[in-house]
Amino acid sequence: MTGKGIRIEGLKKRYGRGDTAVDALKGVDMQVAPGEVVGLVGPSGSGKSTLLKCLGAVIEPTVGRMILGDEVIYKDGWKVKDLRALRRDRIGFIFQAPYLIPFLDVTDNVALLPMLAGKPNHEARKQAIELLQSLDVEHRAKAMPSQLSGGEQQRVAIARGLVNRPPVILADEPTAPLDSERALAVIQILNEMARKFETAIIVVTHDEKIMPTFKRIYHIRDGVTYEEAGEGRGFE
Amino acid sequence: MISLAGRDIMHDWGKFVFTGVGLGLLIGVTLSMAGIYRGMVDDGKALLDNSRADLWVVQQGTLGPYAESSSIYDDVWRGIRVMPGVAQTANVTYLTMQVHQGERDVRSMVTGVTAGDPGSSGWPPYLVAGRQITRGHYEAVVDIATGFKLGDRLKIRRNHYTVVGLTRRMVSSGGDPIVFIPLKDAQEVQFLKDNDAILQQRRRTAANPAFNRPQVPGLLEDVISSQSTNTYVNAVLVQVAAGYDTEEVAQSIRRWKRLTVYTRSQMEDILIGKLIATSARQIAMFLVILSIVSAAIVAFIIYTMTLGKIREIAVLKLIGTRNRTIAALIMQQSIALGVIGFVVGKITATLLMAPIFPKYVLLEPVDSAIGFVAVVVICILASIIAIRAALKVDPAEAIGG
Repeated sequence: MTGKGIRIEGLKKRYGRGDTAVDALKGVDMQVAPGEVVGLVGPSGSGKSTLLKCLGAVIEPTVGRMILGDEVIYKDGWKVKDLRALRRDRIGFIFQAPYLIPFLDVTDNVALLPMLAGKPNHEARKQAIELLQSLDVEHRAKAMPSQLSGGEQQRVAIARGLVNRPPVILADEPTAPLDSERALAVIQILNEMARKFETAIIVVTHDEKIMPTFKRIYHIRDGVTYEEAGEGRGFE
Repeated sequence: MISLAGRDIMHDWGKFVFTGVGLGLLIGVTLSMAGIYRGMVDDGKALLDNSRADLWVVQQGTLGPYAESSSIYDDVWRGIRVMPGVAQTANVTYLTMQVHQGERDVRSMVTGVTAGDPGSSGWPPYLVAGRQITRGHYEAVVDIATGFKLGDRLKIRRNHYTVVGLTRRMVSSGGDPIVFIPLKDAQEVQFLKDNDAILQQRRRTAANPAFNRPQVPGLLEDVISSQSTNTYVNAVLVQVAAGYDTEEVAQSIRRWKRLTVYTRSQMEDILIGKLIATSARQIAMFLVILSIVSAAIVAFIIYTMTLGKIREIAVLKLIGTRNRTIAALIMQQSIALGVIGFVVGKITATLLMAPIFPKYVLLEPVDSAIGFVAVVVICILASIIAIRAALKVDPAEAIGG
């Protein structure tokens, strides 16, 4: 694997100090290549959310290294200066619920990120429309989120996660509220987008029905990850 | 960059506008309060303007006819009239009382004016209907705020008066409309006793050996006669001749007539600084309280609106929105709410509230401008609490777990 995608080495996270200290992550290693979709599974309290927050540059790990593309993000207590800009420009997020901004239409929900990055409105909207076309929801471009079906909302959320062409996308249980058919459709879209945009996608999930779709699955238990080969069915 | 505040407002404009209307009614009351204060000051100034006097000559050591009881002899004006720099003098009496018309009565300031012409001091300067007083007795010119009409018969004490003219904006410093009647009648009104009291007074005077001396015929009748006439007025209004300094003329009257004399500015100070000072402070307190209540309501509304968007704010922060963009979203909404509230408040104060207040409400443009700035400042300050809450939102809230 080259320096693209995302790589973390020996990532540890400790909450609190002294007797009350809790080690949520005890040395996590993970590597996801561009265009690859991997699963991240684990029971409640395993450190899954903490890992996701570290990967999303929301919290800082105590020790360890995280490299995004060619850029070192964390290295044993050191971090890049502007985590907010990093989240905006280099990490895409897809949530359990779509969490679209209810007062923006579909286009502006997707175009918001490039606008925040300083792109002119018309360029950001053009970029958003192109992405909506590749996700087959361009016909709802002027609709408000409340006017969309659950599946359409999730596609728009995926478009928002992809719009800045981030090297990595973190998907937090994106299929949880969906039935089997729609869940598989979402995973199919994620696989297509990962390949199309050379993006590494980490899907945090409990969803058994999508497990067979991953080629690789990271299991996390007691703050430690174990890699497992998946079946990788259906999206070759 | 698109306006997030504008989009949010447009998305739920009905709720936003209704909230703004509610706030606007409160701002309308606040503006009306300021208008009531201005109205009181204007009433005081109108009273002085309508008197058309440069000087008020009053009883020594008193604050004049509007603030305190003042009595001076009704022939003092003669001596003042011939002093250098005096162009015109006029006796005047003021008495605030109930004026009856049939079953109803109206609180009015009954003003006695000397015979003269419409340009004389103390006279109503203009009429909106009818004519000025031309007879020496039992005619009245009234402010239209009394509700009386031309030809109405008024009862003041024991006498009846016919309304011959209507005027406008002739009010006392307390806002009571003025009823102008001839001076002699007004003097009688101030001191006239009922028949029983007059009989009692005559009996007591006759029983007093000092006034009922057998050796001095006619003394008792003279004393009784002096008791039933009133030779006092409340003030003499003086117009200063062109080219004379008002203060110099006032000083001259003080020195030679041993009376207290007030200039226009001094009388204005008495009316506004003393007579309506307590009311003004009361209204100022209302204004302060209403401003605090408005600020609290705006803060509460904006805070509640922000709490309703916590999830969206967390998502915005997670995807890299700057804190200042989120702060601007909240502050712009707060200001927009204030602007809607101000517009609604101004309209309601002008068109709905001012006309129904019994006293004059004067809504000055400068007060509106100050009010607008105050509303914007209050909205900015009120949004700070919500902004603090929004900036404390952890972007991790958007991520499960």
